[in-house]
Amino acid sequence: MSWLERIKPKGPAAAKAERSSGVPEGLWKKCPKCTAPLYRPELERNLDVCPKCDHHMRIGARRRLDIFLDPQGREELAVDVEPVDQLKFKDVKKYRDRLADAQKQTGEKDALVAMQGTLHGNPIVAVAFEFSFHGGSMGYAVGEKFTRAAQRALELRCPLVCFSATGGARMQEALISLMQMAKTSAILERLKQSGVPYVSFMTDPVYGGVSASLAMLGDLNVAEPGARAGFAGPNIIEQTIRQKLPKGFQRSEFLLEHGHIDMIIARADMRARLAQLLAKLQGLQNPLADGAAAEPASGG
Amino acid sequence: MNLNYLAFEQPIAELEAKIEELQLVGSDNDLNIADEVAKLRAKSTKLTESIYAKLSAWQIVQVARHPQRPYALDYISRVFDDWDELHGDRHFGDDRAIVAGIARLDGRPVAVIGEEKGRGVSEKVKRNFGMPKPEGYRKALRLMEMAERFNMPVITLIDTPGAYPGIDSEERNISEAIARNLAVMSRLKTPIICTVIGEGSSGGALAIGVGDKINMLQYATYFVISPEGCANIIWKTSDKAPDAAEAMGVTSSNLQRLGIVDETIAEPLGGAHRDIDAVAATLKATLIKQLAQLSALPEETLLENRFQRLMGYGRPA
Repeated sequence: MSWLERIKPKGPAAAKAERSSGVPEGLWKKCPKCTAPLYRPELERNLDVCPKCDHHMRIGARRRLDIFLDPQGREELAVDVEPVDQLKFKDVKKYRDRLADAQKQTGEKDALVAMQGTLHGNPIVAVAFEFSFHGGSMGYAVGEKFTRAAQRALELRCPLVCFSATGGARMQEALISLMQMAKTSAILERLKQSGVPYVSFMTDPVYGGVSASLAMLGDLNVAEPGARAGFAGPNIIEQTIRQKLPKGFQRSEFLLEHGHIDMIIARADMRARLAQLLAKLQGLQNPLADGAAAEPASGG
Repeated sequence: MNLNYLAFEQPIAELEAKIEELQLVGSDNDLNIADEVAKLRAKSTKLTESIYAKLSAWQIVQVARHPQRPYALDYISRVFDDWDELHGDRHFGDDRAIVAGIARLDGRPVAVIGEEKGRGVSEKVKRNFGMPKPEGYRKALRLMEMAERFNMPVITLIDTPGAYPGIDSEERNISEAIARNLAVMSRLKTPIICTVIGEGSSGGALAIGVGDKINMLQYATYFVISPEGCANIIWKTSDKAPDAAEAMGVTSSNLQRLGIVDETIAEPLGGAHRDIDAVAATLKATLIKQLAQLSALPEETLLENRFQRLMGYGRPA
């Protein structure tokens, strides 16, 4: 990514996503890992990665897609999909009210944003989970949006990239949530059979029903540094086996060592790395090689 | 408290105890006692009927987990003939929480895959209480792909408290094992019939649960997270599990209404353990009927119907 793109002013959507990612107002932010005080504008330029300890902080879905896709020619997909409360689920609070709160707080209809665009000039469909919406959990709306985005990739025969950040299936939609695992896996199998590349990009955290479906089915599975991903959460495992978990359990580095992912990609490299990887899978020229079309203007 | 009966069945247990006592006393053909026993029997049946007529979701969860509830192997021996169990995933090991093999259903060769909780302490330990690890799901996948090559329909029996949440499970990528099964089952070129016979818990159940027909026994349950787990997260206490079970709609009648379950297989009064042969016979008849329906479809239609059903999950009617 060029330095120009890094410092370009963000659109209103990106600003909104940042607010929803829990970054407090004010000029300084403490790194949640090394506690170094960080100057906010500098942190933003650094894509919310701590310059001191390289901790990759969580970012919202729109910010993610904004820093990933080329600035021009983006189209949001499946905007009409809304969550449905088929069970009329109620615990201490109505699920409908929980949804309304989450929508108000995040400005999103549900926990997935899907976009069609280009990456270093090559067409791509990208989706990202919004973790601040109900813990990025997957119910009907997330499954449906993902499926429609995958269908678009299939029609265009262009790659699909998914940035996951989720606690898993959404309890409040019960078995309908569970079935989204089968649904998203089925459409991904169609992509696989048709030779359309799919990259699962895991960002902190990825658990449960999403881990056990769309997040593990990539032609390439990759993860951000330090991201945690697994089927059962650490608490559940500790309760079951009654022992402490080893340090670094379920972190990206553990996943790499155990053969679950192909590589760890730092946020600053994700555009270039994915563009080059995908171009190889598609038999295209290296979009970043000398003489290839220049990176699209970053003013955008 | 009689452990053969669940907490909410204790009034039935008391009556049955009384009947037993009377029978012991009345072995010297006393007519009055015979009358009394008959009366009590009728009363016990009536009581069972009235209790079972209005079971709560949580009570159904209890029946589904009843210690005497028939498990996969109980059905396999009664529904299928000529059963050969096959072992191992060819990569790591043989997970006994999943039994898999080939058998005949009404003469026709089929592949059978079931989650098995195991009866008795040592058997339960051997079978990890029905909680499969990655190698269990990979063994199932191996069998399914073999079934596809040899034109054998796949019959699955679902009964698990969940995929095993342990360090080794995670190290060997339990998520991938489940996900891979979901993907492959969505396009496997042979009919797949899945039946929840007891407890269908989350991804560990779904990993052998994608198919052309989804059945549930009447008092089986199917959920995205156990009622206790759901209660722990929302109410911060597992005491609220009954409320969670109610809210999640874990029963066959609810799931049939949502279009997730096709057919509910009736159980005898008081649950499947009261008459295993009868339930097995009903299950067998259902499987034979459904297999005939699915076999009549051209392969393309079978697969397209399965795919469209998957795509439709959750879409508002």
